[in-house]
Amino acid sequence: MGQVIVVTSGKGGVGKTTTAANLGTALAQLGNKVCLVDADIGLRNLDVVMGLENRIVFDLIDVVEGHASLKRALIKDKRIDTLYLLAAAQTREKRDVSPRQMQELCEALAREFDYVLVDCPAGIEDGFKNAIAGAQKAIIVANPEVSSVRDADRVIGLWDANRGDDKHPAMLIVNRVRPKMVARGDMLEIDDMLEMLAIDLLGVVPEDESIIVSTNRGEPVVYHPESKAGKAFHNIARRLMGEQVPIMPLEADDSLWSKFKRIVGLGRN
Amino acid sequence: MLELIAKVFGRESASADIAKERLRLVLVHDRTNVSPQFLEALKEELIAVISRYMEIEEESMDVTLQSGEHQVALVANIPIRRMKRAAVGSGR
Repeated sequence: MGQVIVVTSGKGGVGKTTTAANLGTALAQLGNKVCLVDADIGLRNLDVVMGLENRIVFDLIDVVEGHASLKRALIKDKRIDTLYLLAAAQTREKRDVSPRQMQELCEALAREFDYVLVDCPAGIEDGFKNAIAGAQKAIIVANPEVSSVRDADRVIGLWDANRGDDKHPAMLIVNRVRPKMVARGDMLEIDDMLEMLAIDLLGVVPEDESIIVSTNRGEPVVYHPESKAGKAFHNIARRLMGEQVPIMPLEADDSLWSKFKRIVGLGRN
Repeated sequence: MLELIAKVFGRESASADIAKERLRLVLVHDRTNVSPQFLEALKEELIAVISRYMEIEEESMDVTLQSGEHQVALVANIPIRRMKRAAVGSGR
């Protein structure tokens, strides 16, 4: 029996889909059988991030309504044959699926796959309730900024109220961190976010232009392990598998001037 | 000029600190707003504890959260009818 993990955030645009695509790909690269599920019905996107948009015939709604078998609806990845995608329906609405149906779907997928990653839509309404319905764990993606952390707090509260306990933890990924801004004191620090949210840290992903380039091409950034974000997502995937991988230190400003400031004790560390 | 020097040396009130403080307050507000049952539950427990020491007018008891600019305060107005004898003076 595999595990079902939902990737959620409350706020939109913080990197849920990018996170789901990259963790799914990295987990598959590490030898797991992985299924990505796009639960953002009406606003399908995981397919383009994965570069699979031309291969979709059936979608999640077709499966729950019985128009297609799970086997026929699953799209095999271009590069890794243990990686699959179940696309969201584009012309339907969130409430065309029920939490009960999502739960059954996730159970069926967990019988076939080691990891089922559910990409949750933004918001905390029907789409969110559906996306968490079948999940055993939640990955909360947040950017180091006030609005995103606030929404993350709401979502963690809802997860705890609905599913969360020791066996069903929520874990935080801080995405789009800019080390230079942190060093300068102009970006929330990871430790402060963890303290305020009272949640375990799963990983930190630095802001990286290669994410945009990789999304342009439709190939997840984990194919470029030399990129900072690619490396960070790889580490997170290994942590999900239970490996102890230390959090990469943020490479702040290494200029002579900042070193000087640190030595003289004037800069912020 | 001082400001400029402070800025050059990174001593300007950093925006991360401002963000942290604002976030801390917002979360206190949000978390107390999440459930309307929160205050009711708190009130029940307060009554249970206080009643061990004094008789109170439960009907006119008022428990609210008041939000100031820099903090959120729990304000309880609990009229006492009479003290219980055991609680007076004896310490225990």
